[in-house]
Amino acid sequence: MAQLIIPTPLRKFTAGAATFTADAPHVGGVLNALAEAHPGLQPHLFDADGSLRHFIRVYVGDEDIEALDGVNTPVAAGTDISIIPAIAGGISHRP
Amino acid sequence: MKARLNFEPAAWDVVRADAERAFPNECCGFLFGLEDAQGRHLTEALPVDNAQTGDQRRRFAITERDYLRAERHALASGLQLLGIYHSHPRHPAVPSIHDLRVALPYFSYLIASVYPEGVHHARSWQLSDSGRFFEEEPLFVQREGAAVSPRLSITNP
Ligand SMILES: [Zn+2]
Repeated sequence: MAQLIIPTPLRKFTAGAATFTADAPHVGGVLNALAEAHPGLQPHLFDADGSLRHFIRVYVGDEDIEALDGVNTPVAAGTDISIIPAIAGGISHRP
Repeated sequence: MKARLNFEPAAWDVVRADAERAFPNECCGFLFGLEDAQGRHLTEALPVDNAQTGDQRRRFAITERDYLRAERHALASGLQLLGIYHSHPRHPAVPSIHDLRVALPYFSYLIASVYPEGVHHARSWQLSDSGRFFEEEPLFVQREGAAVSPRLSITNP
């Protein structure tokens, strides 16, 4: 079983659950199982074409899956998967 | 109007010190605590590096690894990751269009307005249910039994 950390702002779609566990051979399988278990999450994770939304990153352990095999990155028992939203901001330019 | 946000003095002092240390650049970090019917109680602030590669006087960014660290810290400590703080050097503590564009639901977005003399005031905001604008959360620092709004602390106590 791989364990996935749900980012705090998305926990209203998981009835407050902070983590999710699933048995799947790849990261993509775990994410799909998560979206099936909590359908409210679907539009926050995936675009209409099924790819991950651009401001969401997925990490396996301390590595971005983009630097590994993307959603095909294998997961083993005890693998930690994290969904990470982009955090940024700033001041508006004054004329 | 959202529920109130109560700062432990020690947590607020961390935010204020970080805003003053980073000046004239923006600082940023995470806010942890607990939530109940009375509102949010912030017990801990965790400063992180401003990872913005452009002009740090008007922009901030938090790395994915720092975000991961914050979620792990919350899980390990039994606290909730309740929000993000950042500073607005020489600007009021009102969210900008850049703040709104990437804001997430649920999080408290605390902004500290900071000048060369120090932090001038702070205000906190949460994304509206529609996700289109920010609503202000009344912000208090609990000090010696008295709740003081950082909006009123023009000078450093
Ligand atoms: Zn800002």
